Amino acid sequence: MATPLSFRVFESEARVYRRSWRGSAVSSFLTPILYLLAMGVGLGTLVDANRPGGIDGVSYLTFLAPGLLVAMAMQTGASEGSWKVMAGFKWMRTYHARLATPIGIPSLVLGHMLWSGARVLMVSVIFAVVMTVFRVAPVLESLLAVGPALLVGLAMAAATTAYTARLKDETGLPLFFRFIVIPMFLFSGVFFPVSQLAGWLQPVALATPMYHGVELSRALVVGTTPAVTWWISVLYLVAWIIVGTWLAVGPFRKQLTP
Amino acid sequence: MPHLIEANGLTKRFGDFTAVDGIDFAVEPGESFGFLGPNGAGKTSTMRMIGAVSPISAGSLTVLGLDPERQGPQLRARLGVVPQEDNLDQELTVYDNLMMYGRYFDLPRSTIRERIDELLDFVQLAEKRTARVDSLSGGMKRRLTIARGLINDPDLLILDEPTTGLDPQARHILWDRLYRLKQQGVTLIITTHYMDEAEQLCDRLVVMDKAKIVAEGSPRSLIEQYAPREVVEVRFKPGVLDEVAERITGLAPRTEILADRALLYTDDADGTIAGFANAGLEPETLLARRSSLEDVFLRLTGRSLIE
Repeated sequence: MATPLSFRVFESEARVYRRSWRGSAVSSFLTPILYLLAMGVGLGTLVDANRPGGIDGVSYLTFLAPGLLVAMAMQTGASEGSWKVMAGFKWMRTYHARLATPIGIPSLVLGHMLWSGARVLMVSVIFAVVMTVFRVAPVLESLLAVGPALLVGLAMAAATTAYTARLKDETGLPLFFRFIVIPMFLFSGVFFPVSQLAGWLQPVALATPMYHGVELSRALVVGTTPAVTWWISVLYLVAWIIVGTWLAVGPFRKQLTP
Repeated sequence: MPHLIEANGLTKRFGDFTAVDGIDFAVEPGESFGFLGPNGAGKTSTMRMIGAVSPISAGSLTVLGLDPERQGPQLRARLGVVPQEDNLDQELTVYDNLMMYGRYFDLPRSTIRERIDELLDFVQLAEKRTARVDSLSGGMKRRLTIARGLINDPDLLILDEPTTGLDPQARHILWDRLYRLKQQGVTLIITTHYMDEAEQLCDRLVVMDKAKIVAEGSPRSLIEQYAPREVVEVRFKPGVLDEVAERITGLAPRTEILADRALLYTDDADGTIAGFANAGLEPETLLARRSSLEDVFLRLTGRSLIE
């Protein structure tokens, strides 16, 4: 699937990342700690006090953490597919530089996806470790959540890349985050079950890749039973990755080799 | 010997707009070949087609015996490209930029390391090896981009407006480096809208205007063919030029009256200058010079190259 030259693109992204990895690693640890403290422990104490049976039979912190891991993966995918891609086309013109070498559009897009996957993996593994520290689940169960998180992160990276590559300038990106990424973050079953949503909104939540990842992750870490059969969710996420990547190739070609 | 580049009826269209309109040219190995023309003449579009990053709309094009459309990656593996807009990674060091670029060609790190040493010496940036690119001057960045374009030891180096935006000193350093490459036998393709650059660097060039090639030859032969040996350039006080234009026209075989000055093409500059005194005309400034590519361009298009 991946071309040999897509690994050269991956390598180049890694070289750029190496320059700023410290800050990125610190924030990858800090973000889950802050969220789990505020929402999981702080808000969770109130939720648990009012709901003796817990949600799906578990404490709010335990309910929240596996979904939040997937939400972080989703955001990482979205930011790799947006700011990074805009920089490649416009701000740094890295993509134009690469295209003057044997690297072609397919290698460029695949290499970008490989790197996005690596970023999602880093963020998710760190989150899983933090989750273990919060005693949500033992380390192995926590790490299982990385699987669905990777699928969601890649699905989001692919779709966002396809969107960003169609933009003429960056003005479309804040809109994308405000109206797609943040609502998905809030309403895809991470903070409360989707069944709490108004009836007409539930199918919308179900259509998001994140919902499926959250359900899978929670099932693997906590042992809940997802509403959708697990392999349908997996196939759905894989379809997002493939279709999104494929939809990115056209606009890349149009922008870089007019 | 086959041509290194051969284009026949080469055309590039963007929708209704024709950027390159059926041009023919051939470049020989070891040659330094130029495309001279104003902005928007179609030079960059032509470069991008040669560089296999823009599909041709009509006609035919072979570069290094390859078809840019179907053999793009193989072709680009043998090209060096110095684009008009710098696209170095500003946040990385000089060394990392070169290493990263070399890796795109799938070269082993050890080979790239050796080449980086040689190339940094060549472009006189050895002491900037660990500096971040955003700390370099414009001229240094351009030299680094040239080093980057040479990292794969290309058979053909494409330079799109290599000195645009640089100060005169930086331009001269760059010309000197490019002249050395030319002496080493590297084939160069250069676009420029500076005639002095074309005269300095190009063995042969084509003049492009409005998507077409309007003349072809060596700088010297173009000047000989399209412009008399000497030019007398005169300026008058504002407003006076229009009044005396008719009288000036009679002083030389060919004259060009521009907005701010008049050019008189002649084989006898002294005689033409004497003509001004005889006619009782007193220009503000009067200068005799050898004719240049600028005059060729004016002759061919009726416009000056840089307005």
